[in-house]
Amino acid sequence: MTDTQAPPVRTPESNDEALLRVEDLRVHFPTGDGLVKSVDGLSFSLRRGEILGIVGESGSGKSVTSQAILGLHKGSKARVSGSIWFEGTDLVAASEHEMRAFRGDQMAMIFQDPLSAMHPFFKIGDQIAEAYLVHNKVSKRDARQRTIEMLQKVGIPNAAGRYDDYPHQLSGGMRQRAMIAMALICRPKLLIADEPTTALDVTVQAQILELIKDLRDELDSAVILITHDLGVVAETCDQVVVMYGGQAVEQGSVAELFAQPEMPYTWGLLASMPRMDRVRSTRLMPIPGSPPSLINVPNGCVFNPRCRFSDRVPGRKCFTEHPELSPTTGSASPLAVHEVRCHIPAEERQQILLTEIRPTL
Amino acid sequence: MFRFIVGRLLGAVVVLFFVSVVTFLIFQIAPLLSHTSPVYFYTGKVPFAAGSPALKALIHQYGFDLPVPVQYWQYVSGIFTGRTISDGTTVIHCTFPCLGYSFRQNELVSSLLTEAAPVSISLCVGAAVLWLVGGVLVGTVSALRPGSIVDRAGMGLSLGAVSLPIFFTGPLLLLVFEYQLGWINENYVPITQDPLGWLGSMILPWFALAFLFAALYARLTRSNMLETLGEDYMRTARAKGLDRRTVIVKHGLRAALTPIVTIFGIDFGTLIGSTVITETVFNLRGLGYLSITAISQQDLPIILGVTLVAAVALVVANVLVDITYAFIDPRVAL
Repeated sequence: MTDTQAPPVRTPESNDEALLRVEDLRVHFPTGDGLVKSVDGLSFSLRRGEILGIVGESGSGKSVTSQAILGLHKGSKARVSGSIWFEGTDLVAASEHEMRAFRGDQMAMIFQDPLSAMHPFFKIGDQIAEAYLVHNKVSKRDARQRTIEMLQKVGIPNAAGRYDDYPHQLSGGMRQRAMIAMALICRPKLLIADEPTTALDVTVQAQILELIKDLRDELDSAVILITHDLGVVAETCDQVVVMYGGQAVEQGSVAELFAQPEMPYTWGLLASMPRMDRVRSTRLMPIPGSPPSLINVPNGCVFNPRCRFSDRVPGRKCFTEHPELSPTTGSASPLAVHEVRCHIPAEERQQILLTEIRPTL
Repeated sequence: MFRFIVGRLLGAVVVLFFVSVVTFLIFQIAPLLSHTSPVYFYTGKVPFAAGSPALKALIHQYGFDLPVPVQYWQYVSGIFTGRTISDGTTVIHCTFPCLGYSFRQNELVSSLLTEAAPVSISLCVGAAVLWLVGGVLVGTVSALRPGSIVDRAGMGLSLGAVSLPIFFTGPLLLLVFEYQLGWINENYVPITQDPLGWLGSMILPWFALAFLFAALYARLTRSNMLETLGEDYMRTARAKGLDRRTVIVKHGLRAALTPIVTIFGIDFGTLIGSTVITETVFNLRGLGYLSITAISQQDLPIILGVTLVAAVALVVANVLVDITYAFIDPRVAL
């Protein structure tokens, strides 16, 4: 039973410093068709100044996780269990009233599509200032001043003039910058960016990611970056959680995970990623099949219907027994924690990676 | 902004021009198609024998012997410059705004209208306030808890209200509050004379009329609000740490009510000249009552006047909606 599973082993100092510790988080939505297990037993932790990437396909539970951290499921039909420790407070147990004090102030979120995430009828400046005014007893004038400073900081030219613009008058990149200004105006300790660059074109993507990194450095915030793009993770993040079917299937430091990926799903993600730094020898390899139903989760390993390697495991273990998330043996450094959820024996995994996967990447 | 308003006003003038052409064609030309002398519809009688010089003079005075465009010009310019009208025995000179004279009621159409319009406006404004407040309230509460008992009760009630005609709810209200309880005095009192008496005389018709519309607006608000609650920007508002009331009232209603402004403007503009049933049930002498009486008496000058006033009300309401929309939705280009 994963319910009774102890939290993942961390090094002592990281455990103490953790700003955010998610333990066995489950978010289930009762629907007419059955219980949708959007997130089912997720654990990770994050220190200040760190950027954690959460990677996965659509419907893997990334966004639901981030909304659970902000407590946005409260008041809905969602059933949230487990715990989310944020500086000594369990956010899962916290009331809506308590959460409100955290939201926007201690933790803030950048949403995927800034056009739909900003109110079409309010000036962007007022929308940003509103976030500041909720948590700070200041005059509207001071809030306006602060907003203009923030707009300048995120690189919006003529910030004072842009204050009175409406969202539809800004370009996509400028809108996302305004969204970032809104999220960071109260200097949050935790910033969650939910696919912040998906709606933007590639040149702007790089600028926005750079901006998030710079602001992280300045505020010493922890950042959760939700993406489906491993390239973004490799460039930006320190830690990474690969999610599949509402569960973490592999997690660890970015250096570790990219040097020694061990889960067939991660291999699939890597193989389907375009690489500009190498001569392309073969076609990109898509992962066959589609993400699992979150109502009828496959027995055994969630990834088994799409896994090419389930026949390498003795018996039909992949189809009958749910694999636990367990530390890998091949970690380069004893401090780096690298965990994987896979039945394939460790030596065989490394063998497959070396002989079958590596040459195709 | 200035150019936008001027443009809308010019548009309104064009619409009114077409309205005047159409009403002119119906009321000035159509009588010619009947075998009765057109003078009959304007004077209520045919005072002279057919073909007599006196009748010819009268026909000439009304302009029925002139070419159609000239007739139209006389009719329109007459509104502004005034005309002399007679039925062969009485001669009336009416000045701007000259909408004609009703020989049946022995009164200028313009003064009949100025008597009736305040009644209709009182009725419509009061009812509009009630149905907007009631409808939006019920709709919002229903949308916040879709499927709950409150939602089902609210929507069931509005389905019932839409289905009940005023000639059922009106007499029912009269029966209970006036005849049984004796709380309310039916006779209309102008607000300038006695504000409390005015309130007392209008409250039942307001409720009867508002009941019908409140139901419609409750359903509209509910569906708009449900849609708005699912918008990403509502999640953003919560993510900022705003309390539930601010999220729903400031961010939610602001977006959900914007489309309702359009519908409200048109409903209100249409209603001004067409509250016939409510006025009849509650014995109010408003524009609806005036026109229904005129129609039954074939009193063309009044019908014509009410039609023009109703058209102006609708056009003005539409222009106001457009201008309001430009203020409340920044995406409307000015």
